Amino acid sequence: MTLESGEKLGPITLAYETYGEPNQQRSNAILVVHALSGDAHVARLHKGDPTPGWWENLVGSGKGLDTNKYFVICSNVIGGCKGSTGPSSINPKTGRPYGLDFPIITIGDMVNAQRRLIDHLGIEKLLTVIGGSMGGMEVLQWMVAYPDRIRSAIPIATTMKHTPQQIAFNEVGRQAVMGDPNWKRGHYYGSAVPAKGLAVARMIGHITYMSDVSMAEKFGRRVKSDKEPHKFAAEFEVEGYLRYRGDNFVKRFDANSYLYITKAIDYFNILNGKKLNDIFKGLKAKVLVIAFKSDWLYPAYQSQEIVKACKLAGVDTTYCEINSSYGHDAFLLEVEEETLLIKHFLNTVTNGNKSGAQQT
Amino acid sequence: MKQSPVRVDHEVIMGWIEKGASVLDLGCGDGELLSRLIEEKQVHAQGIEISEQAIHHCVARGLSVFQEDIDTGLAVYADKSFDYVILNQTFQQVKKPDFVLKEALRVGKRAIVGFPNFVHYRARFQLFFGGKVPVTPALPYEWYDTPNLHFLSIADFKEYCKKRDICIESSAFIGRNRRVKLFPNLFAEIGLFLLSK
Repeated sequence: MTLESGEKLGPITLAYETYGEPNQQRSNAILVVHALSGDAHVARLHKGDPTPGWWENLVGSGKGLDTNKYFVICSNVIGGCKGSTGPSSINPKTGRPYGLDFPIITIGDMVNAQRRLIDHLGIEKLLTVIGGSMGGMEVLQWMVAYPDRIRSAIPIATTMKHTPQQIAFNEVGRQAVMGDPNWKRGHYYGSAVPAKGLAVARMIGHITYMSDVSMAEKFGRRVKSDKEPHKFAAEFEVEGYLRYRGDNFVKRFDANSYLYITKAIDYFNILNGKKLNDIFKGLKAKVLVIAFKSDWLYPAYQSQEIVKACKLAGVDTTYCEINSSYGHDAFLLEVEEETLLIKHFLNTVTNGNKSGAQQT
Repeated sequence: MKQSPVRVDHEVIMGWIEKGASVLDLGCGDGELLSRLIEEKQVHAQGIEISEQAIHHCVARGLSVFQEDIDTGLAVYADKSFDYVILNQTFQQVKKPDFVLKEALRVGKRAIVGFPNFVHYRARFQLFFGGKVPVTPALPYEWYDTPNLHFLSIADFKEYCKKRDICIESSAFIGRNRRVKLFPNLFAEIGLFLLSK
């Protein structure tokens, strides 16, 4: 596959899972795309897994994405470390893991690979493509790159491009990884991984995923009773939580993938020199944009910009700002509201376009 | 939010809008009017509504709606993007009715405005004899808990349209679930106007 940078990457493996069955016309397929650290395992409990899929409460029989009605596909991204080709994969030229020889990848590259997956599955047109955060960026990319391959799109808690503040948080995370002596310019495979650096990066991430209110509710200023007896041990519950999350992340994620994917997120700019008026011009798909009131990492105004672009292009759009105190994490937690919106929205998409596109 | 039970106001609005028109409903509530317009008039409909709960109802009806504050304006829409812009029972609830109506008449070829008549005779009685702010079927809220920010009469609105050079193409007045022809400023609970600029 030729990447947006012009470099060639291949052969490529793309991990995916499917739930439910395609109908005869193969018109009931939904593509779910995940956020930074997600994977193709969106629902159910697989053998040997300690936890069910990451959007388990949205995907399944009778749920928001009803697997009795829809053929749900969840695709991993290239550059990742969850079964798809990424920096930890074996470079066929050297027989060793790519490390930093892995080319820079973009959200566009991830979506191009997903399109090949959709081709492979024999799906002409997706009923919808849905995702939050980085997944939302992939949804926007689908809307622009393959408008004729989707009947609707659901970008959630996302943005058309990162602001300097959003890039800054990612850069601190990358610096933490690269500052870890075990990182060794990305060639740590087969030896100790940059665990501390990656854990700190994840801790920063988790702070940005929560809100002031949700942290206060979850931890308060409570201290742990089983504190280790040394200075600066994790004393406050919030410290313990972040350390636990950080350490846990190291077990399941590759540090180089973290660098590549966060960079792809920072590079993402759906406008890419185009005007807001033109970006979704001609898009026939119906769009449902969802944001959350307490999300300060991807604030609602960024979703409103997406809505504005849709309006300017005369795209049939619905926008809902869900009241939640969970911060950015709300897109994984406020499932009840999301379910209502998504269920009805998909019914409307399936049964034809009741309200018609607005005239502009 | 919108209280008249049989919605004579909706009947009037249905009668004003022709088949296949494009309609923007500002403060569309749970989308009852828009749904009827789509069913019966096959309009291209878009709603704007500030309440999240109402948005859920609209989506359940299969409508396209934006959760937005109409007081912040319709700047993104080009001039005359819609055949009709509706402000039914929202006109008196926005912070800046003057600005919102100006915008409605910019992005719509026509605007439809509906509001409770504050000087309906029952309201006058309560005010005059009771010495209290009226609470009537069309003005059902107590003063300390009302979404209505502006209190106007049918006469006020007509004068306002004259002042702003707004053309009243048609009007309808509604009393207790029926049309009022005589002395609307006294007997109508609701005034409805079809406007153009």
